[in-house]
Amino acid sequence: MSTLFLSRTLYEAIRAHGEETYPHECCGALLGQPVAGGWRVIEAVRAGNTRTDSAHNRYQIAPLELVHIERNARQQGSEIAGFYHSHPDHPAQWSTTDLAEAHWLGCAYVITAVAKGRAADTNSFLLTGQSEEEKRFEPQTIAIEDETLMQASDVLETEQDEIHTRHRTQ
Amino acid sequence: MTIFIPTPLRPYAEGRDSIEVPASTIAEALDALTNSHPELRRHLFTAEGKVRAFVNLYFNDEDVRYLPEKERTAASATDTLSIIPSIAGGLPD
Repeated sequence: MSTLFLSRTLYEAIRAHGEETYPHECCGALLGQPVAGGWRVIEAVRAGNTRTDSAHNRYQIAPLELVHIERNARQQGSEIAGFYHSHPDHPAQWSTTDLAEAHWLGCAYVITAVAKGRAADTNSFLLTGQSEEEKRFEPQTIAIEDETLMQASDVLETEQDEIHTRHRTQ
Repeated sequence: MTIFIPTPLRPYAEGRDSIEVPASTIAEALDALTNSHPELRRHLFTAEGKVRAFVNLYFNDEDVRYLPEKERTAASATDTLSIIPSIAGGLPD
């Protein structure tokens, strides 16, 4: 099973978005980088739901908004790793509509169930398959990373880089 | 012209996020792209050769579907073409 790595802050931000838009669906893009076994998300970008005609049970991100999101991601050295949306008063499972309208093969689709305004389960599904005709969703593990440990790891990597640099210059 | 490749199509474009193609129209750019990367063709076009319904093409910030000349619109080296599959979904009715 593939894994979606994200920080506690991002995880909570995605869930909070679903609570804020309840009883309507929220939606957004996940920016990140491919890592062994999945994606590491580094930013969650909120997007507007253009399905104002049926926002309680449909979502759609305007393509032009996606163009801008992807452009910004590219400039930051990341890419679109997936998307998220909420299911107001429904389980955090993909629907036939979700699958029919999913076209980003290899990307993560995160769904948060929002029950009576409170975020409940959050699940992720990887859209897999080689083509539109054989696409399918597979459950994906969400690995929530502790920011303190991540920062400690960054410091450690920086110190190791500095030690290596000193060795090379000596 | 620079064509920006979305995440799902990069495996069929040598892993690249953008590709430069010589073209004087959008149609020529798409032809150049699919000639150099033939695997992209079935992901972008139907068997009848039409752009798949869920594939959005943005010429700079304009939806190609709404340009007066559509794919015949003139292009220069500084123009960009973004390929953006649609993103939507929702609950059962």
